[in-house]
Amino acid sequence: MSLVKLLVLLAVAMLAALPWVVGSYLVTVMIFIFFYAYLGQAWNIVGGYAGQLSAGHAAFVGIGGYASALLSMRLGLSPWIGMWIGGVLAAALGAVIGYLGFRFGLRGFYFVLLTVAFAEICRVIALNVDAVGGALGLYITFTGNPRQFQFQDNRAYYYVALVLMLAATAVVREIERRRFGAYLTAIRQDESACEALGVDTLRVKMLAMILSSFLTGLGGTFYAYYLFSLQPNAVFGIPLSVEIVIRPIVGGAGTVMGPLLGSFILSPLAELSRTYLAQSGWTGVHLIVYGLLLIAVVLFLPQGAYPALRRLARRRA
Amino acid sequence: MDPTLVGQGLLSGFLFGGVYSLMAVGLTLIFGVMRVVNFAHGDMMVWGMYLAWLLSVRAGIDPYLGFVVCAGALFLLGLVIQRGFVERIVDAPHEMQILLMLGVALVLENAALVAFGPDPARVRSPLSQGTVWIGPLFVDVARLLTFGLAMVLTAALWLFLTRTELGRSMRAAADNPYGARVIGADVPRVYAAAFGVGAACVGAAGALVSPILPFQPASGLGLSVTSFNIVIIGGMGSLPGAFVGGILVSVAESMGAVFLSPSMKELVSFGLLIAILLFRPAGLFGRTAS
Repeated sequence: MSLVKLLVLLAVAMLAALPWVVGSYLVTVMIFIFFYAYLGQAWNIVGGYAGQLSAGHAAFVGIGGYASALLSMRLGLSPWIGMWIGGVLAAALGAVIGYLGFRFGLRGFYFVLLTVAFAEICRVIALNVDAVGGALGLYITFTGNPRQFQFQDNRAYYYVALVLMLAATAVVREIERRRFGAYLTAIRQDESACEALGVDTLRVKMLAMILSSFLTGLGGTFYAYYLFSLQPNAVFGIPLSVEIVIRPIVGGAGTVMGPLLGSFILSPLAELSRTYLAQSGWTGVHLIVYGLLLIAVVLFLPQGAYPALRRLARRRA
Repeated sequence: MDPTLVGQGLLSGFLFGGVYSLMAVGLTLIFGVMRVVNFAHGDMMVWGMYLAWLLSVRAGIDPYLGFVVCAGALFLLGLVIQRGFVERIVDAPHEMQILLMLGVALVLENAALVAFGPDPARVRSPLSQGTVWIGPLFVDVARLLTFGLAMVLTAALWLFLTRTELGRSMRAAADNPYGARVIGADVPRVYAAAFGVGAACVGAAGALVSPILPFQPASGLGLSVTSFNIVIIGGMGSLPGAFVGGILVSVAESMGAVFLSPSMKELVSFGLLIAILLFRPAGLFGRTAS
């Protein structure tokens, strides 16, 4: 166990030192890797461990981002405070969606549709309410003031994203070691049996959904203040939800390392194709690759890449 | 509210509903037989539209004739998707099926984006110029033709399902896959045929609607959601439900456009979806919710 700890420490130290040795483009790619790993890790709690396939997590990013941006633009509240309010609002929406879905017993396809429908309603509202920017969305003016969650140096964003990813991973690891994590896994594997053993499954699933949407909502502030713009179609849209879902699934849903591994595989791919292919009109190519990967994962590695790697490592040992 | 405007909305919603019915019948057939939700349904429809567009632009074939080719092409696509992927996960957990079909949807949508670009397209049909007046209301010939052909195809599908051996096996497999196997139905063949026929329905629906509805690669998602809406309202797996649900949803949408702003129309359909999921998940014609 101490060897694992040592390796983890070494990896974190390397990631911490990385921006001082590599160029700024690679730093940008790493920021995307960390940020999407963070979002995937947040989704992993309810989608991976509890097996409740939410396809509307973009809504939480959108609410978190809009809340902190609006609070800062209208009331001058620092996004460092606003992000927590955004997280709470996202958690409130998560609680509503979760309660309706779980209380009314929507499973599988029906739960997916419920989450999609809520995210789409948020998108349409954001598009049509001019008080929150309407179709133009919100643009954040760059001040470079760290108190406003804005940094001159890309490396500052790098560390914020790294901390987000590590913190979410620590939370998920802690969940996995506790009884709560065992309940979540049990619900995924056989909900009726779990209920028959006396677990309050509604409560457990609600907690998972609220925690997951809260963390995702916090991420919304990073999204807003890293990209400096919030577009309803981008931030509430299904494509972002797919980006969030696909990394933990490819990496291994319901495992601590799955979302990180998935993001290290997919984010550079997406970033490279955005940089090199989008300009030549090949905008859709990385999404075709995503689609093929999803198909391949379902057919050949239904548990994801991380469990497969572990099996491989065990066989070697 | 002007009664003529409402009447006009009702009429055009009703006529447009024919296409919705055909599209939803395809989805519910696939679901009924295989218990697999085709998340790529809308994207298949968009491919039907683009094929009709290609036929019209490249070969000068009117979409009201070209729809036969589109249906055939989508039948083959459906067969390939079924044989290549879906067949292997028919018994897998729902989550896996959903993810697989999401993957197929992503590939289809973005392949269309790479092939045709993001701008909206529309097919011109020389067969459908002009309008017909019914009292104070007018109908474009295109809508009438689309509706008529969609009805003919739905009727043909019904005949196929009730009068042919393969069609009856499909309904048997939908009712009880195990029982169908026991009495000797070739279930894998039935599955492949069901997916192919379902895809052909939506391909034909796409081609038929291409002269009256502008489309782009991103349209697929909205069409998928509309199809889900319809089959859930009608009851998952119920063919009469999908048929009636298609007309119902189309009329509701056009009434939403008359009474509310077009952007609110989307809110209405998603709100409707949530309400039905919560309160009547078995739909109007369904027997049980799964």
